[in-house]
Amino acid sequence: MRLDTVDQQLINHYQRNLPVCERPYREMADTLGISEDEVISRLAVLQQQQVLSRVGPVFEHSQAGASLLAAVAAPVEQIDLVAARINSAPGVNHNYAREHLYNLWFVMTAPDEDTLDERLDELEHQLKLPILRLPMVEGYHIDLGFDIDWDALP
Amino acid sequence: MSTSTLKSEQARFTDQDRELILATQEGLPLVSDPWGELGRQLGMPADEVLSRFQHMQETGVIRRVAAVPDHYKLGYRYNGMTVWDVSDDAISTMGQQVGDLPFVSHCYRRPRHLPYWSFNLFAMVHGTSREEVEHKAAQIRELLGDTCSGHTILYSSAILKKTGLRLRKQADKP
Repeated sequence: MRLDTVDQQLINHYQRNLPVCERPYREMADTLGISEDEVISRLAVLQQQQVLSRVGPVFEHSQAGASLLAAVAAPVEQIDLVAARINSAPGVNHNYAREHLYNLWFVMTAPDEDTLDERLDELEHQLKLPILRLPMVEGYHIDLGFDIDWDALP
Repeated sequence: MSTSTLKSEQARFTDQDRELILATQEGLPLVSDPWGELGRQLGMPADEVLSRFQHMQETGVIRRVAAVPDHYKLGYRYNGMTVWDVSDDAISTMGQQVGDLPFVSHCYRRPRHLPYWSFNLFAMVHGTSREEVEHKAAQIRELLGDTCSGHTILYSSAILKKTGLRLRKQADKP
């Protein structure tokens, strides 16, 4: 997706943090040298095009309960079925197929640690496959985005 | 910012905070006075909305407030989860250094499960091609040096489900 320079700057400046003040969009406008209305309409268009997945708060998962990254090695011929079962299990909010013996990677969440374990035990029982449980032990860089190399994009 | 879980009662949120989370988890209103708009929805003065929001940032309930891009949509079609077997005595230092690389979007230490899984450091790398992901992984490999005894890259082949953290009105309450 080709974006103009102003959209690129909007993302460069505000993909990590935007000002949480009385008039956030006006402050962004002043920084970028455009009007507040233009900031608002550009953000709305980018959101509508799904270039921005959201303009707003990113909540700390650990404070809303427990979560962990989990993986299973699904037999290739059953991968769709296994993936569907994982997706319909309570608390699953991400599920990626990856090219590896462990070919399904998902995030399981729950209100607390005990419920999380129960949900994983239940899913394990349902899938009849062992679940690799990979909770975060230490976070070094937690979902803060990365520098976008606009020239390298198609 | 370094680490991790501020798991504590003090950081737990109030019912009003919860209402505010429910009202903003899809995004802030894109109007000139977003706090006033939220205040009208929630029956709360605008300055209270803003101060609750700021308080949740301070206590870490809100990690950040941002214009979050969808990297796939931008053209980063290759998402490589690079995983590394790093010696236990070096991992905290090296994990921080890998996390500080400008192209790494997430970096975590996770447990090994021997003999099935020997990798304890996870770093997410995005690229417009496999070559780009591999080139970035090579930079991580170089940085880790002798502390690393193995690695692999797991490319995503399909996103089967992706929803952010969502609070639900009743269902998920303990």
